[in-house]
Amino acid sequence: MHGQAPSIAPRVAAAGEAAISIERVSKSFGGGEDIVRAVDDVSLAIRKNEFFTLLGPSGCGKTTLLRLIAGFEHPTRGRLLLDGQDISALPPFKRPVNTVFQNYALFPHMTVAQNIGFGLEMLGKPRAEISATVDRMLKLVRMEELKNRRTSQISGGQQQRVALARALAPQPKVLLLDEPLSALDFKLRKDMQIELKRLQHETGITFVFVTHDQEEALTMSDRIAVMNKGKVLQIGSPRDIYDRPAERFVANFIGDTNFLDAELESFASGIGTVRLPSGARMNASLPVDAAVSNGKVSVVVRPEHARLTRDLASAALKGKLDTVVYFGTDTHYHLKLASGEPFMVRQQNTRDGAAAFAAGEDVGITLSDNAVQVLRD
Amino acid sequence: MADATTEVPLVRTGAFDLKWQPGFGVATMVCLVLLYAPMIVLFVFSFNGSDSITRWGGLPNWHWYTEAFADQEFRSAAMNTIKITVVATIISTLVATAAAIGTTRGRRFAGQGAIYTVVNLPLMVPEIITAIATLSFFSLLAQYAGINFGIGNLMLAHTVFCIPFAYMPIRARLEGMDERLEQAAADLYATPWQAFKRVTLPLLVPGISAGTALAFIVSFDDFTITQLVAGPGQTTLPLYIWAKTRRPLTPELNAMCTILLAISILFVVGSFLIANRRRSKTE
Ligand SMILES: Nc1ncnc2c1ncn2[C@@H]1O[C@H](COP(=O)(O)OP(=O)(O)O)[C@@H](O)[C@H]1O
Ligand SMILES: [Mg+2]
Repeated sequence: MHGQAPSIAPRVAAAGEAAISIERVSKSFGGGEDIVRAVDDVSLAIRKNEFFTLLGPSGCGKTTLLRLIAGFEHPTRGRLLLDGQDISALPPFKRPVNTVFQNYALFPHMTVAQNIGFGLEMLGKPRAEISATVDRMLKLVRMEELKNRRTSQISGGQQQRVALARALAPQPKVLLLDEPLSALDFKLRKDMQIELKRLQHETGITFVFVTHDQEEALTMSDRIAVMNKGKVLQIGSPRDIYDRPAERFVANFIGDTNFLDAELESFASGIGTVRLPSGARMNASLPVDAAVSNGKVSVVVRPEHARLTRDLASAALKGKLDTVVYFGTDTHYHLKLASGEPFMVRQQNTRDGAAAFAAGEDVGITLSDNAVQVLRD
Repeated sequence: MADATTEVPLVRTGAFDLKWQPGFGVATMVCLVLLYAPMIVLFVFSFNGSDSITRWGGLPNWHWYTEAFADQEFRSAAMNTIKITVVATIISTLVATAAAIGTTRGRRFAGQGAIYTVVNLPLMVPEIITAIATLSFFSLLAQYAGINFGIGNLMLAHTVFCIPFAYMPIRARLEGMDERLEQAAADLYATPWQAFKRVTLPLLVPGISAGTALAFIVSFDDFTITQLVAGPGQTTLPLYIWAKTRRPLTPELNAMCTILLAISILFVVGSFLIANRRRSKTE
């Protein structure tokens, strides 16, 4: 019937141009007292060929945002553009976007090959082309031998691959993946992470990936949007998000963090001077896109950006070592600062073990120049 | 698949087990005997060599079946029953399928719960009431509008009371079906109609065949409503068999009942097989 993938008017893509623009989109469910703002005034631009991740705790609106892009939900407010064209009003079957569902949603009454060919068949592609593409997809996800199996006769990991192949076969402009790895066991999950990166690289398709697993987000993504309660809190590269969290929630959600109260004394062009509770003055990076003013601020320090020292005179912070937890590759030192706050330092273990510190010791903490980040809130 | 739940425990533990209480076995046997013994007797005596339905005589033979098939009125009652049942089963299954889809898919709408109740209410209304209501409805129709559909009256009445029976299993199947399958179809460029035809309908087959079987059985052996609504020349098998009991009983009656039973069983087994084949394919 369509004959062609429902293509949106062709335009010359400029480098870094947005594949998807989400403009001030809100989606609420219910009404009155019980209204749920699942997506709350979100704006995003997802670039072409990007591996873009939506990261956030369960219930923060990731799936809803994905369903808005796929067309299963329609925005209460705002609009969505695909390649610059407004798709807000298009039904799912007219959007050149495919989804890998959280539970895979494979058709149980069809074989692996029939599942993979379904999209092409609906697009009215000729039989020969469908079978050639299906074979290519089977090869891409390394499932050639299971072509004629029923989807109930293959393992979870294999179903995952079929779901991927099925969504990739019609060559969508954007592939949406809703926590596709969450049902897999640890080992398989690690393999599939690599596999997904390879597939994205080989197909050149824009991936929008949803996960609540921060480690998965950091290792796989080109850029990450951290969400909470329907809002996007920060968008940036994994490095940005990890090293330069903009808010307490982001810092807390991703990795281990030390929070300190500090005083911002002066700032210029993204760098400020803060006075820590110990009285020490340090350079600190300021949050991007947010106004700050001198006075009380919260700062964060990642545990591996701090080092313990016995030279108390040069230390930025001082404290008493509470517990020492040995992890093989590194050791976690939990301290109580002189100001009473807890603080954690993570240090790589070395073979000599000479530098090891013992619980009960009074120690100093040195911070590298880039270690301190001022939060927006 | 062999898993832990199919393992038969070799040793009975002393713990309380609802399935192993004294008297359960006996009660089960009594129920089974009460249920099936009369039918077996009925069946056996349909081959009786004598003309008593309670005393065996002569050699077992097909005499009473030949007799039954030679009976012009029996054949015409059978024809009527088949016509009515086939029409009622097909139409009520179609309507029930549409109703089930309407009440489980798409947007929630005000009064959805009410529709569910309204569709199922006839199951709870005593049949004699439905029968009398239907009778007066058709009388009114004939009296004031001059409309009488002939055997169509019975087809209509049967269709209507079969709908809730067909509706239940279809709705249950739809509710158990993952809506994401239909969304996945839409995501893969299937129009709503294509998604229905290629995904929903094939997965709905077990529900539909169960619904069809129920509608068939309910229509096939309906007595109360049919008795009141049927006009002259519209005798169905149950009505005819009932009328036969008013005359001296011969094993011909047993033969007729056995034929009725055989048709029911054939149909139910057939639809069960269809449902099962589909299910084993999809689960
Ligand atoms: N169809 C719906 N009706 C009502 N509330 C919904 C619906 N879908 C999602 N929600 C609510 O919206 C919020 C976000 O859900 P979701 O997008 O599924 O979160 P996530 O995928 O991040 O776990 C949750 O509070 C959820 O209960
Ligand atoms: Mg989700």
